[in-house]
Amino acid sequence: MPGGHMDKPLFQIENLHLSLADMTRKPLLGPAPRIPILRGLSFSIARGEVLGIVGGSGSGKSTLGRTLLRLLEPSCGTIHFDGQDITHLPEPALRPLRPRMQMIFQDPMSSLNPRRRIGAIIAAPLHLHGFSGIPARVDQALDQVGLPRAFRHRYPHELSGGQRQRIGIARAIALNPAFILADEIVSGLDVSSQAQVLNLLESLVKDLGLTLAFISHDLSVIRRLCSRIIVLHRGEIVENAPATQLFAHPQADYTRELLSAIPLPDPDQVWV
Amino acid sequence: MVDGRSMVKRRTGLRLWLSGGWIMLLVLAALLAPWISPQDPLAQDLFMGRLPPFWAAGAEPGYPLGTDSLGRDVLSRMLHGARIAVLVALIAGICTGIIGATLGLIAGYFRGWPDLVISRLIDIWMAFPPVLFAILLVAVVGPGLTSIILAIVIIDWTRFARVIRAEAMAQGAMDYTASARVAGQSRIGTMLTEILPNVLPTIVVLLTLEMGIAVIVEAILSFVNLSISTDDPTWGGMIAEGRASVHQAWWVLVFPLVALFLTVLSFSQLGEGLKDRFDPVLR
Amino acid sequence: MSFLSIRNLSAVLEGGPRLLRSVSLDLAAGEVRGLVGESGAGKSMIGKAILGTLPRAVSIVEGEIWLDGVDLLRLPPARRRQIIGASAALIPQDPLTALNPSRRIGPQITDRLVHILGWPRARAEARALDLLAEVQIDNAPRVLRSYPHELSGGMRQRILIAAAFAAEPKLIVADEPTTALDVTVQKQILRLIKGMQERHSTAILFVTHDLGVVSKVCDHLSVLYQGKVVEDAPMRRFFAAPAHPYARALLAATPQYTDPEGSLLPVPDAVIAQVRAEVAKADAGWSHG
Repeated sequence: MPGGHMDKPLFQIENLHLSLADMTRKPLLGPAPRIPILRGLSFSIARGEVLGIVGGSGSGKSTLGRTLLRLLEPSCGTIHFDGQDITHLPEPALRPLRPRMQMIFQDPMSSLNPRRRIGAIIAAPLHLHGFSGIPARVDQALDQVGLPRAFRHRYPHELSGGQRQRIGIARAIALNPAFILADEIVSGLDVSSQAQVLNLLESLVKDLGLTLAFISHDLSVIRRLCSRIIVLHRGEIVENAPATQLFAHPQADYTRELLSAIPLPDPDQVWV
Repeated sequence: MVDGRSMVKRRTGLRLWLSGGWIMLLVLAALLAPWISPQDPLAQDLFMGRLPPFWAAGAEPGYPLGTDSLGRDVLSRMLHGARIAVLVALIAGICTGIIGATLGLIAGYFRGWPDLVISRLIDIWMAFPPVLFAILLVAVVGPGLTSIILAIVIIDWTRFARVIRAEAMAQGAMDYTASARVAGQSRIGTMLTEILPNVLPTIVVLLTLEMGIAVIVEAILSFVNLSISTDDPTWGGMIAEGRASVHQAWWVLVFPLVALFLTVLSFSQLGEGLKDRFDPVLR
Repeated sequence: MSFLSIRNLSAVLEGGPRLLRSVSLDLAAGEVRGLVGESGAGKSMIGKAILGTLPRAVSIVEGEIWLDGVDLLRLPPARRRQIIGASAALIPQDPLTALNPSRRIGPQITDRLVHILGWPRARAEARALDLLAEVQIDNAPRVLRSYPHELSGGMRQRILIAAAFAAEPKLIVADEPTTALDVTVQKQILRLIKGMQERHSTAILFVTHDLGVVSKVCDHLSVLYQGKVVEDAPMRRFFAAPAHPYARALLAATPQYTDPEGSLLPVPDAVIAQVRAEVAKADAGWSHG
């Protein structure tokens, strides 16, 4: 085990760039023009930290998340995970690392295969990585997210939005990962389910010693959970600060603009 | 919260039973044709030419649907024709499906250069006039069941490939495909466990449609005399012969035509019915 | 009498549960009322009932919708469509799908003026230019000739707002108009809607799930649970002291960045049990129908 790295951050990102081909403007012959999505990001995620990544649509926050997990390959720069350079690792070499870095998706309806039962959905990654005692692990994961074990026989469309999102969490924690990326996981939920999921996530982080990156467009939600916050704007980091500091003394103009735009449920808020 | 789709009322029962029933009947007829045919389908008897079906005046017992101008029993020829129709539908449909769906899945899920190659191939392929292609093929390979099936597969795999490619692309953009990769599944594994089950209902629908099309194509090729040797009874061949004498003996044309129509309709309805039946999202 | 008055409106899903349970609410001319609730609370259904755009499977089983002194539900459908077309409009939720992608922006704004109100085309086009200026769109003549895909999401939402105000309606139903937008764009759009509403003194029924938004644009609000109004209050009084436990719980579950230590509480099971009991009681009284 890479025990010697314990003092180092779990993720170390240097000068990360990513661009995607613009197929709509591709000439008949020759390569398509490229659109830069991430423009030189450098930051790290410490072990046990809950990092918030916030930004508007088109800020590149979801792309950043998927690049961290190497679902996308960066154009340049480096990503170190637990001391290992994973920037350009091919798919087979990434596979042994997969159970250690998990993801919870924005839309639980589309991230849970509609044609499979809940039990099979949670068990699939466990089978893949040769875990033993799988039924017990599935039950344990369902317990941890506060759902009845009988849910393993249901299909995703038979559950409510909040319950589906718990299944997404159960699938991720069943693998006992070191890192979880949560991409806008409460943005489709009602406030009550949102509060439940956030509280659940908070206690799981504490109990399991997880490192979490929490992507959201909603600073109120981020504030609830995160110890440090990165503000993304047009593919660049405009601010990277501890949560308390960022909310008390936002440095970047964009952060201030974001904060002042949030409508608080308070008629006396100065909002104009 | 209940997903609205599960509230959709399904009226598929009757459709599934009727279309499935006709196809079962057809398969039985094909299997049992030598035993249940009242006459030898090839036996000519010029004294028995153009006998009308059983309800009309001048009908003969033993020839329930009448005879053609050479005195051959229409029902027996239809039953034997069903053998060829079913055989072509099954083999051509399944081969087309396997080839087309595989290429479509690969192109749609892997994207990149496999997609580029397969998509270009589809584009070029579809620019060929299909009937001319089939006629050319039969002319080269020679008439016969094999060349008919070959022609259908070679022409029609693009139909599968195009539709399945688009479906696989849409499925590939879904988060559960990404989540399978996060789980550490290989690309091919993801394609088989996540994408394939979700495009399977489409494959089933296309497959049954394709079987219907295969029956029609076989009939067309028989109609233009490019199918099996002219002695073997086929629906297309019967329709071609019936056309010549439609004013004297309409039944030679109409009965195989009705059988052909019902078969093609049943295949398409069967596909729709099966799709509704086996989709857990709709169930 | 209020400009819009809904009395005991109940709607059912064909062969299913009641979606609206004896909903009553009033909206004075030039006033904004928020309709708040979780998904499935029936808040959009009320707007659809007024505009006559309920899904085929949903039918109104009792109640009255008085708009400007007429009960819409008693009018023959053609007359009703005429009144709605002349006096009400919708600002839809999704700016991406609400505009027809294969038609230019201009006709999509002017169609209603020309076909329903019978304006000459030139007058309708002049009006469209004025409206785009009012929703702060530069280079209006060019925008009118563009197709929807050439414009950003915020831009398209501005156009939908302009289209809604085009015929000077007295009532606008705004169905989650900013849910799909970024907060910074949301702020601009909300201020735009509020500004136009005040200038034109339009009454707005504002459907939203976000109590923050309610506190910025509404004068009154109705909180719904499973198609039942559980609280109906003036906005300031509501935020000072919500009366119904469910409304209180909803407010407590809304995260606020200014209040990090305040624990975020899901709606307690006891409150859900209470509000469900109220719903069941309302249904028991109704079951004669």
